[in-house]
Amino acid sequence: MDLDTLLSYKWGAMAPEFIILGASVLLSLLDLFLPKTYKRNSLAWFALAGVILALISLGTLISGGTVSILNNTFRLDSFSIAFKFILLLGSALVILIAHSYQPKEGFRAFRGEFYYLFLTGLLGAMFMASSGDLITLFVGLELLSVSSYILAGMRKTSQESNEAAMKYVINGGIATAITLFGMSYLYGLSGTTNISEMAKIMSGQAAEHQYLYLYGLAFFMVLIGLSFKIAAAPFHMWAPDVYQGSPTPVASYLSVISKTAGFILLLRLILTLFLTIPGDKADLSFLEQNSTYIGCLAGITIIAGNVAALRQRNIKRMFAYSSIAQAGYILAGITALGYFTFDAVWFYLLAYVFMNLGAFAVIQLMTDQSNSGDISEFAGLYRRSPVAALSFSIFLLSLAGIPGTAGFIGKLTIFMNTLMTEPGHFLLASLMIAGTVISYFYYFGIMVQMFFRPQAAEGRVVLPAGIGAVVMIALAGTLILGLAPNSAFTFLHHNFGSFNDFLK
Amino acid sequence: MKEVLLTILVFSPLLGMAALLLVHGTQERRIKWVGILGTLPALSISLYLYGHYLAGHSLNVFSEKAGWIRFGDFQQIDPKLFTVDYELSVDGFSLLMVLLTTVLSTLAAVASIHIKKEWKGYYLLFLLLEIGMLGVFLAQNLVLFFIFFEITLIPAFFLIGKWGYAQKERAAFSFLIYNGFGSAVLLLVIITLLARAGTTNIEALKYLINTEGVPLVSPIPSSMKYGMLIALLIAFGVKLPIFPLHTWMLRVHVQAPPSIVMLHAGVLLKIGAFGIIRFGLGIFPDQFKDLSVLIIVLGVINLLYGAFLAFIQQDFKMVLAYSSISHMGIVLMGLGSLNEAGLQGAIFQVVSHGLIAALLFCLVGIFYERVKTTSIKDLGGLSSVMPITAGFLLASAMASLGLPGMSGFISEFMAFLGLFKADPILAAIGTLGIILTAVYLLRAAMGMIFGKPKLQVNSEAVRDMETAEMVPVFILLAFIILIGVYPAVLSNPLADTIQNILSGSGG
Repeated sequence: MDLDTLLSYKWGAMAPEFIILGASVLLSLLDLFLPKTYKRNSLAWFALAGVILALISLGTLISGGTVSILNNTFRLDSFSIAFKFILLLGSALVILIAHSYQPKEGFRAFRGEFYYLFLTGLLGAMFMASSGDLITLFVGLELLSVSSYILAGMRKTSQESNEAAMKYVINGGIATAITLFGMSYLYGLSGTTNISEMAKIMSGQAAEHQYLYLYGLAFFMVLIGLSFKIAAAPFHMWAPDVYQGSPTPVASYLSVISKTAGFILLLRLILTLFLTIPGDKADLSFLEQNSTYIGCLAGITIIAGNVAALRQRNIKRMFAYSSIAQAGYILAGITALGYFTFDAVWFYLLAYVFMNLGAFAVIQLMTDQSNSGDISEFAGLYRRSPVAALSFSIFLLSLAGIPGTAGFIGKLTIFMNTLMTEPGHFLLASLMIAGTVISYFYYFGIMVQMFFRPQAAEGRVVLPAGIGAVVMIALAGTLILGLAPNSAFTFLHHNFGSFNDFLK
Repeated sequence: MKEVLLTILVFSPLLGMAALLLVHGTQERRIKWVGILGTLPALSISLYLYGHYLAGHSLNVFSEKAGWIRFGDFQQIDPKLFTVDYELSVDGFSLLMVLLTTVLSTLAAVASIHIKKEWKGYYLLFLLLEIGMLGVFLAQNLVLFFIFFEITLIPAFFLIGKWGYAQKERAAFSFLIYNGFGSAVLLLVIITLLARAGTTNIEALKYLINTEGVPLVSPIPSSMKYGMLIALLIAFGVKLPIFPLHTWMLRVHVQAPPSIVMLHAGVLLKIGAFGIIRFGLGIFPDQFKDLSVLIIVLGVINLLYGAFLAFIQQDFKMVLAYSSISHMGIVLMGLGSLNEAGLQGAIFQVVSHGLIAALLFCLVGIFYERVKTTSIKDLGGLSSVMPITAGFLLASAMASLGLPGMSGFISEFMAFLGLFKADPILAAIGTLGIILTAVYLLRAAMGMIFGKPKLQVNSEAVRDMETAEMVPVFILLAFIILIGVYPAVLSNPLADTIQNILSGSGG
């Protein structure tokens, strides 16, 4: 490869990634050279500016059409733009949450570190969204994972935080190993690491049934590895401990950004490859034949997450289980490969960014001064801060899928997708319904604390600037997507069509 | 104006809510006044609609429609596919239900003067509840219906859980989980229809489901139609409630504040009946016909079960709760008979019981305020202490047991008339229920009103009803007698709806 070919690439397609990379490098240098007395918290604005700039440059790329550079290892298609949009939006909110994070102990000294590690994690997730090759995919995944491991242990003097980081490293390491093992089969069967070439070769091999078992092995390895990442049951055990131990902004980052990245990877890899491989039955592809297994995973995740959340007193653990259940709903959207799969997953993730980050903002506000994180800390919040109590209720209602909120439309789209295919996935839809009803117990349980119980502590609760901004943005997002969901659907269809360039 | 009148009607309580936000939380009198006034715009619009109807004009001019949600991008194939519009419309049946809602809302708002704390939050939720109830009856597609349906759930949960009696939180959760389950099942049906027929518009669904060979997005086999109808019966059966899905409703009746039970028994339970008629019978008429015997049997079970258990209750509120179950049995029996008289009786019963239950709970609220008990044993001799209250109580018990000249009689008579045509044996068993109704209501009413005055009641401090309390009681009783004497106020608006339903089921 000479300089001319290198320059002939359309590097503009990678502009958002370059901006994040630049911001991250600059932040790390700043953190290194700024005097010790300088308050690192203002670096948040720098990080935020980087994310917003990336968002703007992503906006200019929407109309550019599909671009593929670096030997088709980096693809900028409608899929990647649509999901990078969610990643960047979520990151901007997480940075705002982190700006207001004032724990009792052990975070202040490492605040600068937090912001640039956070940006490198985001960079990894964005690469995953755009990767057209197993190598870039894996590098993106590792960049995200390694950054997350360090972030989880950010409160270095706290034992819980260290425990969280340790558990996360071990579980994550195992998951990565399994994913990589599955990928090695894919490489072995096709002799290439490029995903679209792989798809071509594999669809040709399909007639020979002996390969099907090897495909199956690869499929399950990759699926199980990614299940760790998105915390799908029965591979979810790490999530509650890690969420509880990590600093709240990191927990919110793990539950939204990292999870979204997991779904991006799942869609990229599973859909592109396994949908093109014909199965051994007529007219059905390998994936359609085996979607039952994804369905099982989704069903178990929904029930396990919701049932376990019932018994939690610690709000962060409860939200860990709640986001496990939410991942189950999204998996249900992937199970049924209908017309609405992309719409459903994209919309649900967008809604999830708003409602979950809004909720985490309030959780951080209420718990970062205490070590217990018990839900009784929310008692009487309505009297101490009506705004916080009302907006938290709306996020909870949205997570519970009550109409008028984004969560309802999200669930509606997923439902529609599961019931539209022939035969419809009625069992899965019923499990989703059952899970939703179970979730009323604990979501409304928090509301009972906020509205019915006497105040836990005296004094009004004041929302700091960062939290206030996140709550307001999340509230606007939750309500707009709930009451006028067409704004998002039109945006999606107008700009990205029906993701026709995804499989090409 | 006419194009948006229904929207204004549904969302008019928002005006009251906005005004409430401006009032300071400690100004009790002002909050209550604003709360009561907040229900008036909806009441006046619904009365205008009724007047418009009485003048012989068509109600169709009020229909409205605006694009709302578009799933996917099918504009080239069929612009209506997978769209959910914001569409409201009113016909005779929904007009009656809207009137019932607005009248009871205003009266319940007046009856809410007994609320002791946090009046502002109470009236805000109260008005939100009214929005949900009004929307439910006017929505023209299932998704919109469902949204309003759930909007009633949230404020009701808080109203029960915060302002109720001792075990209010348990009652609120019981309400939430049972109704959450019911709406979840309903949602499953709605989304199946949306996913497979590509629309949830009620008129469109009637055509798509009941016409052979119409192309659908995905096929809906006959077994799935039965499945959906049964799911609808379960979903609305929780609300109505149908035995054995009723336990939550007993708790709510006993634990919720009486003014909320007025709305709960008067309107919220009736959404169950409305749903079965509109969607069960409306969209799946053929399947409903095949299941009609089952529905009659369920109705008879409800009627007898409610009546027997009402007979042994010691708490007057429990008597009323079981009496509600029993009376809802008559609705099911009327529906199952699938002829004009039966349907008319069922809908009459819906309206009539709404008014009577509201009246009874209004009275419960009034005497509970003074004597702090609803136990029949402790209440004896009410007539000597509170003669006016006792008089109204007797009158409403008479209305409830179906005394001729009052609305209860007309509805039960019509329902049984229909049922005897359709299924004489079950109807004969059902008449037992009528006798039992008289027995348990008289037992309870006599025990409370007459007899030796008991200690708890025989106190100088107890005063009789005040004027403010008399307003809702008097108006409700007037409506009950009006319907009893001149049933055409209900039957005229219903005629078209019933014809429509019957022609759908080929009966």
